[in-house]
Amino acid sequence: MAQPFAVAGLKGDRKLTERRNGSRWRFRQPSVLPGFGLSLGITLSWLVLIVLIPLSGLVFRASGLGWSDFVALTLDPRTLNALKISFGTAFLAAVINLIFGVILAWVLVRYRFPGKRVIDAMVDLPFALPTAVAGIALTTLYAPNGWIGQVIEPLGLKVAFTPAGIVVALIFVGLPFVVRTVQPIMEEIDKEVEEAAATLGASRFQTISRVLLPGLMPAGLTGFALAFARGVGEYGSVIFIAGNLPYVSEIAPLLIVIRLEEFNYAAATAIAAVMLAISFAMLLFINSIQAWSRRRYVYVA
Amino acid sequence: MDVRVHNIRKEFGRFPALDDVSLDIRSGELIALLGPSGSGKTTLLRLVAGLESPTGGTIFFGDEDASQKTVQQRNIGFVFQHYALFRHMTVLDNVAFGLKVRPGHRRPPAAEIRKRALDLLELVQLSGLDKRYPAQLSGGQRQRVALARAMAVEPNVLLLDEPFGALDAQVRKELRKWLREIHDRTGHTTIFVTHDQEEALELADRVVVMSKGAIEQVGTPDEIYDHPVSPFVYGFIGQSNCLAVTLQNGEIWFEDRPIGLRAPAEPDGPANLHFRPHDIELIDGCGGCLAGLVTASRRVAGTRHLELDLGRTHPPVEIELPPERAAAGDHSRIAFRPTKWKLFRDGERQAVVAEAKSESSPIEMQEPTLVAQAS
Repeated sequence: MAQPFAVAGLKGDRKLTERRNGSRWRFRQPSVLPGFGLSLGITLSWLVLIVLIPLSGLVFRASGLGWSDFVALTLDPRTLNALKISFGTAFLAAVINLIFGVILAWVLVRYRFPGKRVIDAMVDLPFALPTAVAGIALTTLYAPNGWIGQVIEPLGLKVAFTPAGIVVALIFVGLPFVVRTVQPIMEEIDKEVEEAAATLGASRFQTISRVLLPGLMPAGLTGFALAFARGVGEYGSVIFIAGNLPYVSEIAPLLIVIRLEEFNYAAATAIAAVMLAISFAMLLFINSIQAWSRRRYVYVA
Repeated sequence: MDVRVHNIRKEFGRFPALDDVSLDIRSGELIALLGPSGSGKTTLLRLVAGLESPTGGTIFFGDEDASQKTVQQRNIGFVFQHYALFRHMTVLDNVAFGLKVRPGHRRPPAAEIRKRALDLLELVQLSGLDKRYPAQLSGGQRQRVALARAMAVEPNVLLLDEPFGALDAQVRKELRKWLREIHDRTGHTTIFVTHDQEEALELADRVVVMSKGAIEQVGTPDEIYDHPVSPFVYGFIGQSNCLAVTLQNGEIWFEDRPIGLRAPAEPDGPANLHFRPHDIELIDGCGGCLAGLVTASRRVAGTRHLELDLGRTHPPVEIELPPERAAAGDHSRIAFRPTKWKLFRDGERQAVVAEAKSESSPIEMQEPTLVAQAS
């Protein structure tokens, strides 16, 4: 292939072309479809513009703080509590979403019943609804005088204006992630695999726990990671239902906003940087579990 | 273990997939269910397995009524066409699965499970691949894992659904021979489904030919090929020709002349003459024969296939000849006479005539009936 990159005319693409001609790097040989250079160029520029520059700006500001200032700001008890609440509730919500998301996906994939299409469409609603609306609606329901609140209040359960409320809101916004990642994989599972397990004497429970669920693990983890990440960053729905008591139900994103409103940019930056670091570490961890489990059974048709 | 299928019916919705099927399978037999798609062969296999439940009828394993048992209780081994291996488990774990899921009191100790799985992998010639995942195996290897997995539970009966359907021709041939060896060594009662007659005839002790949800014929490969009992079996197994003829005073007439074949005991009337392309003799000077113009000529391995046009609306007839005898080119006239043939009457039209030959249900003679044969 003398001319593997058919597109080289665009200015933004020149750098790539030059680098290739310098030929210290070997790009993967593209397929018969041209446009590898162009599309990679666009992708990288886009990522830099949208993701990398803002994030590096954050890191840059944070590093301007100086180490001791930074440590002092992060170890502030209010900050620590906010981070704990943010990550704790997001984790809990993602776990609950994983369990019920898998069940919901199962029902949608495996059974036929009237209204199935409607339910299927409803799963996406949390994507579309403004999160503030969701937050207000949930608060109204779970407030001590709300429909659900007045039922569970006598039982000693308080949801609105407590961390439990945060979890409820995060479950709402994170639900579609698990369902939508697990669903297509579930559709791929051959009925024969279940039948094979049955012929070998496995009970229904053994079939599910030993055959079906392990096969869904990579997809489930992806959904979990997405729901978790979304939960950590969620702001709109939470602030209405959380009550926002410092040390008790104040989430980190809200604390950042509070600090900004106090013109305390340093503290806001520090919290943001810590959140970024923790999120990155957790996503990296989840991704490596995924890569490990996926390597074991590449799907072969 | 003996398997007896008793008057089994299966309907999907209102569509009957199996209609009153009975079949006796002796212990240790290797049985092929052969038929075109939609003939009900896979349904029958799945009914024996317990993956479907019959609309009516019973299935016995030995003397026990198995129809009321669940799949899990029947203790069968089932090999699926697309293997259905568990892809998150190693080959060894796949094979050991059936033993590992047994309830505590019936489960062998872990070390023994492992040993049995390894032994089975040796039997299917996959030693050394025990730590691989299914995705890392070829199609033929996966099929062998599937077989080892099915045999691990010491099944009452081994059921294989189109076991070689997804493999290429070369691997298929090898596995076929190999399956026969395994069967001879382990002696499991085995039923396999196939639409490939070559596979069925080569591999099985007995072949069950099925069509439209009913059994057409059960017999050894020789019986099935040499003595087909119905036009369907004649047409489905091997090559065959079918000509509309007339019977007159015990002689068979084609169009307006006798062809030199006799069926003395038969009453007059129309019938269908079946014969195989290689069961013919060429005749010089036609005084009672079939004759046609050669319209096509193909060399297939050791023989030459000629297609003859017998005129009018008759379908073309195919005959096979040694190449040196077929030297004559296109559009020459060839005269021949079948040496082995069978005469069937179209049951629906000729129910009354056929009645003379048939002892059962004279009025409702739906199936075409064999009326004469020669070999």
